[in-house]
Amino acid sequence: MDPRIEVIDKRLKDVKRIIAVAGGKGGIGKSSVASTLALILSKMGHKVGLFDLDFSGPSSHIILGIKDYEFPKEDKGIVPSEYYGIKFLSIISFSEENPSPLRGIDISNAVIELLAITQWGSLDYLIIDMPPGIGDATLDIIRIIKRAEFIVITTPSKLSIQTVKKSLQLLLELKVPIIGVIENMLDRSVYPNSPFVVLRRTGKSRKFTKSLSIKEQVKAFNIPFLGEIYFDKDFEDSIGNVNKLYNTSFAQSLKRIVLKILQNYPTK
Amino acid sequence: MHEWALADAVITTTLKVAENEGLKEISEIIVKIGELQTIDTEIFNFALKEVMQPQKKLLENAKIKIKSEKAILKCKVCKHEWLFKNAVKNLSEDETESLHFIPETAHVYLRCPKCNSPDFEIIQGRGIWIDSISGER
Repeated sequence: MDPRIEVIDKRLKDVKRIIAVAGGKGGIGKSSVASTLALILSKMGHKVGLFDLDFSGPSSHIILGIKDYEFPKEDKGIVPSEYYGIKFLSIISFSEENPSPLRGIDISNAVIELLAITQWGSLDYLIIDMPPGIGDATLDIIRIIKRAEFIVITTPSKLSIQTVKKSLQLLLELKVPIIGVIENMLDRSVYPNSPFVVLRRTGKSRKFTKSLSIKEQVKAFNIPFLGEIYFDKDFEDSIGNVNKLYNTSFAQSLKRIVLKILQNYPTK
Repeated sequence: MHEWALADAVITTTLKVAENEGLKEISEIIVKIGELQTIDTEIFNFALKEVMQPQKKLLENAKIKIKSEKAILKCKVCKHEWLFKNAVKNLSEDETESLHFIPETAHVYLRCPKCNSPDFEIIQGRGIWIDSISGER
């Protein structure tokens, strides 16, 4: 009998909300949204944790410029180190920059181990940066943390939304709480105006924009569409520098979305 | 100490089993400790006693047997099997410490001694496992 599963709820008992940032494909901005979301919530004065669950391609530490990662402190388990007010945990504390070639069962075991031994303490939000798709880590979070709420990221690409639909379908089938969908990396040259104006201009015409189309596709699932984030050419340059990151148009757009989420779902 | 979290997991699970099975007293818990996780059994025992303390009624007479299990690894590519104790000598202190926290980092720091692949199975001896819980209803 695996003794670790039963203790996980106990480890997370003082965490008010657990938000998993997920999406179907790699490279669509899950880690960027998860890291920046953690940063925004922290700047708003909330107690925030960030757990990078992407063992194959951990990147939250790169986005936040965390370089001095080391073993977490030990106190009745492991205590995540704090950076910019965010309690941060990633496999990089244990693997450094080496590859972690883990098969499914190993991913499951590592996810469960980290959840069972980590003392997050009291948090308003624990943000989980999920790996792409609906594989082992996603299924484990759904299975083990029943109250985890999902924010799903897509890009305007058909390739992204078609895969995201599969994720949404699964989450709905398993009755997983879904906060909503964010459309990331819209091309400003294609959609030069604000989303609101785009919507009004094209709402009744035949010339639907991709943005509207995705919004409609999401709404067809009866899932909230949280908002759009335009592709930000300055984002790349902000990677590793939280001050620059916080001032990007990417972060500002996300902040507007966060405010909307908090309005609808105040911290309990 | 990280052993405390694992001891806490063992006792939390035992309490849950006792509740589900209607056990009024636990007589024995057999815990297997896999070699890969290099758990310090003295610290683990100490932590167990501390965690058990508030559960006097249920666990007062419980004997905890700790069995260690040797870690065996098997390569997925060339099917070679080898013992972790022979491989651990080549690991640095930090690498062993990583395995202590997350045994799966074996795939980061160990390679098949025959074909050098990181694609191997941990056949046995990964981490902590409850072998059995005995008690009276």
